[in-house]
Amino acid sequence: MSNAQIEIQLIAALAAMACAIPGVFLVLRKMAMISDAISHSILPGLVVGFFITQDLNSPWLILLAAVTGVLTVVLVEFIQKTRLVKEDTAIGLVFPALFSVGVILIAQNANDVHLDIDAVLLGELAFAPFDRLLVGDIDLGPKSLWVIGCILFMSLSLLILFFKELKMSTFDKGLATSLGFSPLLIHYGLMSVSSVTIVGAFDAVGAVLVVALIIAPAATAYLLTNSLKKMLILSLLFGVFSALVGYWLAHWLDASIAGSMTSVLGILFLLVFMFAPRQGVISAIFKEKQQRKEVSLLIFLLHLQNHEDPLERHINHLQEHINWHRIQAKTVVDLAKKNNLIEIENQVINLSDKGLQFTEEALKYITTNKPTAIEDLKNKFFLFRG
Amino acid sequence: MRNEKLAIKIDDLTVAYDYKPVLWDIDLKIPEGVLMAIVGPNGAGKSTLIKAILGIIKPIAGSVKIFGKPYKAQRAKVAYVPQKGTVDWDFPTTALDVVMMGTYGSLGWIKRPGQAQRKSALEALEKVGMLAFKNRQISQLSGGQQQRIFLARALVQNASIYFMDEPFQGVDATTERAIIKILKELRDAGKTLIVVHHDLQTVPEYFNWVTFLNVKRIASGPVKDIFNDDNLTKTYGINYKVAINP
Repeated sequence: MSNAQIEIQLIAALAAMACAIPGVFLVLRKMAMISDAISHSILPGLVVGFFITQDLNSPWLILLAAVTGVLTVVLVEFIQKTRLVKEDTAIGLVFPALFSVGVILIAQNANDVHLDIDAVLLGELAFAPFDRLLVGDIDLGPKSLWVIGCILFMSLSLLILFFKELKMSTFDKGLATSLGFSPLLIHYGLMSVSSVTIVGAFDAVGAVLVVALIIAPAATAYLLTNSLKKMLILSLLFGVFSALVGYWLAHWLDASIAGSMTSVLGILFLLVFMFAPRQGVISAIFKEKQQRKEVSLLIFLLHLQNHEDPLERHINHLQEHINWHRIQAKTVVDLAKKNNLIEIENQVINLSDKGLQFTEEALKYITTNKPTAIEDLKNKFFLFRG
Repeated sequence: MRNEKLAIKIDDLTVAYDYKPVLWDIDLKIPEGVLMAIVGPNGAGKSTLIKAILGIIKPIAGSVKIFGKPYKAQRAKVAYVPQKGTVDWDFPTTALDVVMMGTYGSLGWIKRPGQAQRKSALEALEKVGMLAFKNRQISQLSGGQQQRIFLARALVQNASIYFMDEPFQGVDATTERAIIKILKELRDAGKTLIVVHHDLQTVPEYFNWVTFLNVKRIASGPVKDIFNDDNLTKTYGINYKVAINP
């Protein structure tokens, strides 16, 4: 690996991490699309900043663009508060307006400004190592590495300091207010950090793909964990993973680095979406099947308990009586047998002692309407699940 | 009654959403140590009254005093149980963690909860019978269990006044009994409890103080004195009769 390659991967990884932090809270606050709005509407701020500073990595330019980002949020909220339009419409009204101002500004000054629409939309990670931070004659590395590094350091520090406040105000704004924390302050703090992060990462990955870096790691992590801390850590890991794998994918395909990074994120999400152990699509299908079988089993056992008549409990009459297909009846009987809940004698099915005990307890819970207790009961009695 | 300390004193409180008043000129005196129901029809402003007292909604007129001082100075003495539906129960956190949030007020900004906070959260969970569920993700809890978690979160605040917004909504009978038992214990320990309540039948059994509200204050006082058909009719607008056991 050349130095430039290492530098690009480092910038990509830091940008992904910086985006993942506000991303988690935006996703949890159901505000993911506000990041899309911010990433577009910072453009006029960037352009004006660039006219003034002539440097895409100047802190002033970043600050100016971030202010435009926060302004977007304020405008969206202002329009929304009038209740004349809904939030998604308000977002759709504000950011194209601001973005188009930026586009016009660039077009008007295209000849003498080193800033083009392609770079704005997709970023130019590959060129990042050329713009270096020099102090005297000493080369301190690419400027954008320093910029995104500082931003990441800032959001990590804020996250660690205000983790408790962020968590509470995201979960329960009312409680936060009544305890004397200001959810409004936290909200605008988060919006400011998001804006600064988007501006910083924008240079590397552009306006469209920065949204993926913000939303995708958080959305993926959300499917895998029940803890906010773990969700943050997983998001950071997914960000770094996508940066490194995306870089080499781009290298191999000779394609855009930012495009490859976000593709990796998309694939990662899809995999988790399908295969996540608890909430994935496949596990949900499996669980539903299991539930259906276990409900059948419960009905079957209660039928046995309810009917003394051996005719009702004859193995061949089961289908008629409970109106089940032969295959369904067989799987249910097999499951009951495997769990030692029934005994079969001369083709007549009887509940075993364990089966009797189980149905008795289950009936108690059914009549008192406690479905969760039945789940616990299953764990206690079943050696094999459906 | 006259010599008793007032927990809450509200004068001329008016709250409006977009200049449409939802609470109109409310005067209310709530003595210390009562278990009080706020009753009234939908849209009467019951939740709004609580939110206005707690500063979650800004009133356009009037004043609220808690033990003689504004709410801001008395935060530590007040706990609030919002309606269950106001939060996202899919939030990635556990029952214990939600209860711990009740301690954040005493910690203030930046400072983190430690062993002491954890201990009091566990005690509160035990009190509401939810200790076994402490590590359960909150979306995996039933409606009644979620309500108990919210109650536990208020308990750790160790407040003098508790505000609860429909704590019995969507909970099973066991939970309702468990909650009311705890509320009565709190009252007997001298705490003041203000509960937005929907089920008029249970008012005399559960509460010893009641406020009738319908945009304006209709009546407020001891249940045995003022919980009658006359006030119910004034509040609900129709000729109201509840079967109250003598």
